[in-house]
Amino acid sequence: MAVDRLSLEIPDRSITVLVGPSGCGKTTTLRMINRMVEPTEGTILIDGVDSRQQPVNILRRSMGYVIQNAGLFQHRTIIDNIATVPRLLGWSKDKSRARARELMERVGLDAALAKRYPYQLSGGQQQRVGVARALAADPPVLLMDEPFSAVDPVVRKGLQDELLRIQEELGKTIVFVTHDIDEAVKIGTMVAVLRTGGRLAQFAPPAELLSSPADAFVEDFLGADRGIRRLSFFSSAGLDLLTAPIVAVDATAEQIAARADAGAPYLLVTDVDGKPLGWSEPGRLTAGRIDRGQLLSHGRPFVAGQESLRAALDCAVLSPTGWAVAVDGEGRAAGVVSQQAIGEAIRGAHEDSVGPAKVLR
Amino acid sequence: MNVLDFVSAFFSDSAHWQGYDGIPTRLSEHLGYTLEALAFAAVIGLPVGLVTGHYGRGGNALSLIATAGRALPTFGLLVLMTMLIGFGMLPVMIPLVVLAVPPILVTTYEAMRSVDPSPVDAARGMGMAETRILLQVEVPVALPLILGGLRSAAIQIVSTATIAAYVSLGGLGRYIIDGLYQRDYEKVVGGASLTAGMALATLAVFWAITKVTVSPGVRRSA
Ligand SMILES: Nc1ncnc2c1ncn2[C@@H]1O[C@H](COP(=O)(O)OP(=O)(O)OP(=O)(O)O)[C@@H](O)[C@H]1O
Ligand SMILES: [Mg+2]
Repeated sequence: MAVDRLSLEIPDRSITVLVGPSGCGKTTTLRMINRMVEPTEGTILIDGVDSRQQPVNILRRSMGYVIQNAGLFQHRTIIDNIATVPRLLGWSKDKSRARARELMERVGLDAALAKRYPYQLSGGQQQRVGVARALAADPPVLLMDEPFSAVDPVVRKGLQDELLRIQEELGKTIVFVTHDIDEAVKIGTMVAVLRTGGRLAQFAPPAELLSSPADAFVEDFLGADRGIRRLSFFSSAGLDLLTAPIVAVDATAEQIAARADAGAPYLLVTDVDGKPLGWSEPGRLTAGRIDRGQLLSHGRPFVAGQESLRAALDCAVLSPTGWAVAVDGEGRAAGVVSQQAIGEAIRGAHEDSVGPAKVLR
Repeated sequence: MNVLDFVSAFFSDSAHWQGYDGIPTRLSEHLGYTLEALAFAAVIGLPVGLVTGHYGRGGNALSLIATAGRALPTFGLLVLMTMLIGFGMLPVMIPLVVLAVPPILVTTYEAMRSVDPSPVDAARGMGMAETRILLQVEVPVALPLILGGLRSAAIQIVSTATIAAYVSLGGLGRYIIDGLYQRDYEKVVGGASLTAGMALATLAVFWAITKVTVSPGVRRSA
């Protein structure tokens, strides 16, 4: 039996992720929702109504369906692929195409691609077309089976961000299957971890999943660095940023001398606009003659308050000085913070993390 | 005299261009037999191939029928049918159709099986009805191969329809059989080259049909 007595309540207008090892019954569960697989026992209620109450094709047209390799119709242009369900619903050709154009924009596809055929698109673009096609008739529910697993990590991240944005704008009820726990944690409002036989191991928001896995199976599935990953859910807003060890490139000798003992072994040099340039030991800086080429790289800074403690820690770990650089929304240096200070913030966050808020990652 | 001389002699003789034994008449007869046999074979082979291919069942039964069909000697069948039914169009059509059905049936089945299953799954998941999936998702993609099957059937019919002449019907076979009987080799070679020319024209026609009907988005594998 592929899926045995699974009971799951999927919340409206949010992303529910089904995750689990290969062959555990994720696809089967998903396909039971639109009756591509008929359960031998039990019922599936949609808004309290048994899904078998309406004709199967009517049910399916009310749910977008996205599969792994997009499954585009190779003989149809992109725009006609996207217009498929509106056409099935009897919309006119013009209205369907106008709608398809709208969706191309929504999923970030260049309008110039409308008349192309699927083979002329990259894998990532094809996947966007698949998402657009599923959204075309504005269904309240979206079913997605490993939609992003066939594209490279960079493109995948872009598609995930796009999905989160679309979800925010349109408020769809999305059921998303993946075997990638990182993806599940990133996009899920709720995550259902399944084990073989489609049995539910845990159903929880991602932060809770990471902080308190229900059992050894879930813990094992989350992987070795779940502690680090959990930091994604803590905001960097609480960090104590030091502004004293920052000097502008045009600083005077007195300014440099005054900041040399500001609490950090290095000084962060910024340009005249306040954007970080790099680190230097105070003794190596000569007023008026600061050589940008001599500065140590400051690595990728994190956006203070907006990014998580995980981003802050990552910046500090990668920084040659061990200090992370925080910037504001415009990229100007907002302060610097040491690994040690980040470590303290992490300990503090763990202590009062009864219900950590979800922040941008 | 070599073959080319025969050919030029045959085609330059104005007597060969008119009357009931003229080239236009024989060509149109031959074309008529071909189209009729191809139509019958397609009416039998296409639906069966499409449906079995779509559901993925009956492949073994199909290849058995196809092998049996191929094993039947066309000429033997013609003689047998004529003895059973008597002279006429039907005893000629039967062997031609038996000849043409296997390539159509088998290629159509294979073409449908070779269609990528994921768009079909996506179409089903979007709520498309089975007939629509068959006609609007699978056939457009399978079309180059299906047309390939029809093309080989058509070419086989063109070259085999010459047997109609054995049972007193017309077509290009008339020249070959009469020529052999009258030891008029000019006529034999003329008839044979017309048949070959018609086979080439068939290829061209199918090339054009493929060009027009197959979507540019379908990567041609045939
Ligand atoms: N059509 C089918 N008929 C019978 N058993 C099936 C069918 N499809 C899948 N199964 C079985 O059901 C189980 C669950 O399969 P399912 O495809 O739902 O797994 P999955 O979690 O989606 O795995 P993956 O991550 O590999 O896609 C497997 O043991 C599989 O062999
Ligand atoms: Mg699966």
